[in-house]
Amino acid sequence: MATTVSMTVNGKAVKGDVEPRTLLVQFLRENLALTGTHVGCDTSQCGACVVHVDGDSIKSCTLLAVQAEGARVTTIEGLANGNELHPMQAAFREHHGLQCGFCTPGMVMSAVDLANKVKNPSEQQIRQWLEGNICRCTGYHNIVKAIKAGATAMQGGKS
Amino acid sequence: MSGDGIGVAVRRKEDPRFLTGRGNYTDDINRPGQLYAYILRSPHAHAELGAIDSSKAKMAPGVVAVFTGADLAADNVGGLPCGWLIKSKDGSPMVEPPHPVLAQGRVRHVGDPVAVVIAESRNQAKDAAEQISVSYKELPAVTDAAEAIKPGKPQLFEAAKNNLCYDWHIGEKDAVDAAIKKAAHVTRIDIVNNRLVPNAMEPRSAIGEYDRGTGEYTLYTTSQNPHVIRLLMGAFVLHLPEHKLKVVAPDVGGGFGSKIYHYAEEAIVTWASAKVGKPVKWTAERSESFLSDAQGRDHATHAELALDKDGKFLALKVSTIANMGGYLSTFAPAIPTYLYATLLAGTYTTPAIYCEVKAVFTNTVPVDAYRGAGRPEATYVVERIVENAAHEMKIDPAELRRRNYVPTNAYPYQTPVALQYDSGDYFTTLDMALKAADYAGFEKRRLEAAKHGKLRGIGIASYIEACGIAPSAVAGALGARAGLYETAEVRVHPTGSITMFTGTHSHGQGHETTFAQLISDRLGVPVEQIEVVHGDTSKIPFGMGTYGSRSLAVGGSALVKAMDKIVNKGKKIAAHLLEASEADIEFKDGKFTVVGTDRSKAFGEVAFAAYVPHNYPIDTVEPGLDETAFYDPKNFTFPSGSHIAEVEIDRDTGTVHVVNFTAADDFGRIINPLIVEGQVHGGVAQGIGQALCENTVYDRDGQLLTGSYMDYCMPRADNLPSFSVATNTTLCTHNPLGVKGCGEAGAIGAPAAIMNAVVHALSPLGIRDLAMPATPERVWRAIHGQRQAAE
Repeated sequence: MATTVSMTVNGKAVKGDVEPRTLLVQFLRENLALTGTHVGCDTSQCGACVVHVDGDSIKSCTLLAVQAEGARVTTIEGLANGNELHPMQAAFREHHGLQCGFCTPGMVMSAVDLANKVKNPSEQQIRQWLEGNICRCTGYHNIVKAIKAGATAMQGGKS
Repeated sequence: MSGDGIGVAVRRKEDPRFLTGRGNYTDDINRPGQLYAYILRSPHAHAELGAIDSSKAKMAPGVVAVFTGADLAADNVGGLPCGWLIKSKDGSPMVEPPHPVLAQGRVRHVGDPVAVVIAESRNQAKDAAEQISVSYKELPAVTDAAEAIKPGKPQLFEAAKNNLCYDWHIGEKDAVDAAIKKAAHVTRIDIVNNRLVPNAMEPRSAIGEYDRGTGEYTLYTTSQNPHVIRLLMGAFVLHLPEHKLKVVAPDVGGGFGSKIYHYAEEAIVTWASAKVGKPVKWTAERSESFLSDAQGRDHATHAELALDKDGKFLALKVSTIANMGGYLSTFAPAIPTYLYATLLAGTYTTPAIYCEVKAVFTNTVPVDAYRGAGRPEATYVVERIVENAAHEMKIDPAELRRRNYVPTNAYPYQTPVALQYDSGDYFTTLDMALKAADYAGFEKRRLEAAKHGKLRGIGIASYIEACGIAPSAVAGALGARAGLYETAEVRVHPTGSITMFTGTHSHGQGHETTFAQLISDRLGVPVEQIEVVHGDTSKIPFGMGTYGSRSLAVGGSALVKAMDKIVNKGKKIAAHLLEASEADIEFKDGKFTVVGTDRSKAFGEVAFAAYVPHNYPIDTVEPGLDETAFYDPKNFTFPSGSHIAEVEIDRDTGTVHVVNFTAADDFGRIINPLIVEGQVHGGVAQGIGQALCENTVYDRDGQLLTGSYMDYCMPRADNLPSFSVATNTTLCTHNPLGVKGCGEAGAIGAPAAIMNAVVHALSPLGIRDLAMPATPERVWRAIHGQRQAAE
């Protein structure tokens, strides 16, 4: 029982056939081959699948693909400007905010949303914001540093 | 040193692809015509397995095939092999029961694979699995190892009486008993090292593919050691010739040990791909990871430390029961023996040590190496008992440690439990940690906290670990069924750029950067012109993979050997080009120079000559510049350090807040300090996770109660502080780089440091013991119970 969904992903109009139970993350990974968005759990805890839907960070495993009908979706693949990393991506590299890279897309997408919403977030604000993103490699230390620097850079400050 | 050589915090080469969503993890790979496997798993911890009726499932939409253990047995598929044989005290070999790929006759833990459905989509496979009817006759289960070895408990295997896998020991029992008898003071503890789920963020995944044209199999898998998987699966399980089997472990999203082992699903998809004639993919859901990834720790230990009146350690006696789970995972038997008991000297000169270990089968997921693997368990025993001894003898814990450290001039130092430490300086490392943690100022902070009604404590853990396992011959004598060398190939291209092939595997450690730095440092080629390849058995030389902090100590040493060969050959070529004697050529800063002259050839020119050998010493030197080396370590390496935790406890909620965590470590020479710090951070976070929140809980029937991130508490960003890390360097004396390894240190030192701090904070209430994890509930109950007792 396939149904067709259409939405804008990373600035491009896309559509595809999905089952009603298909999650947005499955649509992104399987229909659109945007495999940068990851699945790390099955209880919506880990945040590896965070994307932006209409400008807000959201776990793409909590949304059915059909619920994103007509939405504007940005994934990790849509963040950089060509070969130039987004300031948050650059900050993660500069501060070694990633190791195995698996949670990274979700972390970065989540961090960009925080920086959009809170100017110059404090360490405590960053740590609380990351409640929904689990990293097993970094102990968060360098992620927190990276987000602080990335948020500053996003405002045109020095990373 | 060039700009991106040894010691420079080079930003990682692998990051751009991970940061832009262009990593290539196993589940990102899709093969043409690919089908999907779903594994039906036992819902019971222990049951006789009766008839399996899959007729309905086979008719379900999209289903291509359903296979059970009987199908595998009919095809002569073997069981999953165990890679380490331990012998009991009486010399008898451990009980090594069969571990079928799909259960046969009986299931022994919740999650034991029973059948596989292969269908055109994941959902179809999953839906169809619900149509399989399995007849189980439930049996009583036992999950606690200390319970399982008592008489009259449920028995998992006929051959394993009272579920005992082995009863092993090391050390001099009589000497230890005698020392305890006459000691001025004996400290005794009973402690549990809680079972953990490794929880790499990438769930395991595997794709099997069979090419009818060539007869070749390919397995893409989330592995830390693809050649080990090729060997085990090819030789023991599927009986496939190695030259027709390729194993690819592409980008792997964390391992921490859990992706070392050969798992059933790898064999299933590989075997099934030939059966159904199409590629077959399986990816774990996180719930399956909890039920099928090898778990870690799970020890129950009684220990006794004998001291003289001045606090000098005289003897240590340890008795441990180690939970193996329902089957033996690949390296499980080695973890609570040679990677545990041999570390019980810690950083100290304890002259007599005896340890006995009973390994026990239970109806739980198999247990194997998890970050640190035996060494965190050993450190936890030693450092908790040392801390308690300090308290009992009213000696400052830092001072008691100093009185017993191996003196810095005593290396090589032979411990009573087989290891010989090559280098270290525990005094300086401890002093660095004490200073960074402002140990001297603690009392002031404690009083300040008390004003706010908080209990504040500080705890030290001095650890040692044995990394870079081990001379192959020694490991073999101790029961290892594999070699433990490492390999590197340095392929210099005609234009002077380099591809390096390593037998190690990177799943977060940044090898593509670190190895490139080693090459850049030695050969003068910028890191941008160096590609590091790992993880594909069709490309790399036979290597043993990455675990036990071995990649740099063993794999890096192989790389140095390969580069030695490149330089030696380059000298011959350069001597010819420069019309000089080979003995007069030196290689430095990327140039072959005639000593004492300005005549030289750049590395790239020599490489070009090697591949375009027009003007070339062709009679004595082969063309090409491509060298491979194998390196077998001469000894373990011995990283060490002191970690100090400071905690504050809320009396009303029992919440433990880590206010400060300081790590001072000796990893030998540091290649990339940024990467090393990151490794420490991650390890410490896992150690704090074990101490404060992570726990694997089975109910009495063997159901896993902590089977998701809703129930298994993974440390989040707001559970942890920022860490203070520093390094003190003494060089490893027996490998060419002087490196020791840094991957596991944090997870080894942190649990004991945290628990010592928690107990220290609670000690004014008379509490001297608390089990990990120190959750708010446990702490609150301890405070409450103690208060009740006092009132």
